[in-house]
Amino acid sequence: MCVGFPGKVVSFREDGSVVTDVGGVQRVAYLDLLDEEVRVGDYVISHAGFAISKLDEEEANKRLELLGELMDANDETR
Amino acid sequence: MKHVSEYRDPDLAAKLLEKIRERAAGIREHVSIMEVCGTHTHAIGNFGIRQALPENVELVSGPGCPVCVTSIPDVDTALYLAQKEDVVFASFGDMLKVPGSRGNSLENLRAGGADVRIVSSPLDCIQLAKDNPDREVVFMGIGFETTAPTVAATVQSAARQEVKNFSVYPVHKLMPPVLNVLLQDPELEIDALLCPGHVSVVTGSSAYSEVVESGRAAVIGGFEPLDVLESVYMILGQIETQNQMLEIQYKRGVKEQGNLQAKNIMEQVFMPCSADWRGMGNIPDSGLSFKSEYRDFDALSKFSVPEMSSEEPRGCLCGEILKGKAKPPDCPLYKVKCTPASPFGPCMVSGEGTCSAYYKYY
Repeated sequence: MCVGFPGKVVSFREDGSVVTDVGGVQRVAYLDLLDEEVRVGDYVISHAGFAISKLDEEEANKRLELLGELMDANDETR
Repeated sequence: MKHVSEYRDPDLAAKLLEKIRERAAGIREHVSIMEVCGTHTHAIGNFGIRQALPENVELVSGPGCPVCVTSIPDVDTALYLAQKEDVVFASFGDMLKVPGSRGNSLENLRAGGADVRIVSSPLDCIQLAKDNPDREVVFMGIGFETTAPTVAATVQSAARQEVKNFSVYPVHKLMPPVLNVLLQDPELEIDALLCPGHVSVVTGSSAYSEVVESGRAAVIGGFEPLDVLESVYMILGQIETQNQMLEIQYKRGVKEQGNLQAKNIMEQVFMPCSADWRGMGNIPDSGLSFKSEYRDFDALSKFSVPEMSSEEPRGCLCGEILKGKAKPPDCPLYKVKCTPASPFGPCMVSGEGTCSAYYKYY
């Protein structure tokens, strides 16, 4: 039930909500619960019609890089 | 799909599993990790993670499915409200098949003519109320900290738009109080907690301070296979070095302090109250009730609900399963009388329930 999907903000609607693209499906998300500014191109996690978090792309990339490094080190020690 | 597919890379998953096996071999002892989010339960089943882990690392499902932890008296109250004349009863789809004391469910009532609607957002109820001005739209507010703010924001939106024929039957639940009850249970042997990613988006890490105080390892994890595997790897790292603490694996979504705006809105509309959990009984401050300013949106103020006698389905082990003390195959009804097509207990009804996940994936 706490399922949330990362969607890319593609446009703003007149009432201030946004249209997000979630894997090719367009979904409306309201921004009432966000305390951060959102721009077109940002990714947000939406739940039950509301964006609940703006995705931190920097953290996402850092994490994936770290994971990649850890796994490479794994290969070298073999 | 960005932010999803990179976390489903099979090569990385295989390498991570190898790392996990190394750590688990070093620890040797049995490590039991409880997940308390239905979305985790579902992901773990769907991606075959439970079977892929080394033998001494066990994943145990806890009370993470909001539908499953809704008490039978609360289901009975929902069924009562849905049968009222001039009520349009709206709910998330997961709730529809959950049987109450007398075997009825919202789905049965709908087949019998009651106006029961499935919505994917509480906001849909505002339009429903506008379209049905002579009737009362009652929304069943279930869900944890992830969902409660969306309901609170909807109530505020209805207040701003002066929608008077909309109310909420609030059966929301809060995660930290039930975790504390579980972790104090001497019969429950849990070494670590896989903390729910999207609850934590709202609560932040302070929600788990008592988990850490209890000496358990804890990681807030995301929901893709690499997220879950990395969380397990981090948990094993804490146990290996005996440095139990709270770490955030799901940093792309969760901030240390949580989502302050969502917390504020939730606190403007709701206040903590005691709540009945299926299988765990009454837990103080683990539910949400309306603050007086928003009482006009409280279905329990608008309708007087009579005392009803409620009964658990006989033989159903959902209560024990929710506490992680029994597994679905331990239940005499599992796969015999209780199946997804005709579920007895809520853990089989919801796609996120432990029994339903076992039925589907094991």
